[in-house]
Amino acid sequence: MSDIKIRAKLEGDETTVKCLMSHPMDNGMRKDSKTKEVIPAHFIQEVVCKVKGTVVMKTAWSGGVSKNPYLSFKFKGGAVGDPIEIAWTDNMGESQSATAEIRD
Amino acid sequence: MIDAKRRTLVKGSLAAGAVVGAGLMAPRAFADWNAAAFQATDIPTAMTGLLGSDSAEVSDRIKIKAPDIAENGAVVPVTVETDLEGVTSISIIAAKNHSPLIASFEFVDPSMVPFVSTRIKMAETADVIAVVKAGDTLYKNAKNVKVTIGGCGG
Repeated sequence: MSDIKIRAKLEGDETTVKCLMSHPMDNGMRKDSKTKEVIPAHFIQEVVCKVKGTVVMKTAWSGGVSKNPYLSFKFKGGAVGDPIEIAWTDNMGESQSATAEIRD
Repeated sequence: MIDAKRRTLVKGSLAAGAVVGAGLMAPRAFADWNAAAFQATDIPTAMTGLLGSDSAEVSDRIKIKAPDIAENGAVVPVTVETDLEGVTSISIIAAKNHSPLIASFEFVDPSMVPFVSTRIKMAETADVIAVVKAGDTLYKNAKNVKVTIGGCGG
């Protein structure tokens, strides 16, 4: 079960992908409001986006991306039913991936 | 009593061992992540570390969509798009954040449209800078965002 939500929509000759990931994105500089202890850095460092199994975009992030990250991108071509795969890896070595089909 | 303490100590050192182990293993899992650039505390170091240079030509062909005033610096929506040709990457910088470089998007496939949209944290009122690599040239543009409540510390 993955917590990545993906929407991929074909409009004309362009596909727009929107996705939401579930992640705390702690930058290691915030303190717990009760314990006053620093919350250790825990954030997504890499996101790889694939269309029909081919990597189209690689992203690298710092802890400066907001909690529960939103990512949207566009590409030309694509057909209804083509699989879009989004996979992330964080600084603690955890990873997640999800796949969705392009819709019209 | 002594034995109980000894047990605790053993457990403690095992846990510590696990943490150290994870630390040693970690870099292998994401060797591509550019620590020098993303942990840099100034823009020239971040840009040079990521893109090989900190000089970029200002271009109004880069459009940055972000709010004029962000009430909550923890979630500032930013969209960058450009009609420049041959774009291979877009990077987003929040000029006054502790680590200014927020995200870099590398377009691996020529089918990619030079467009990205995400949400970033901003510590205080500052320029959001977008750096676009097109061919061998770096271009940039900036948009000021007024931040009412900072979204990085606390």
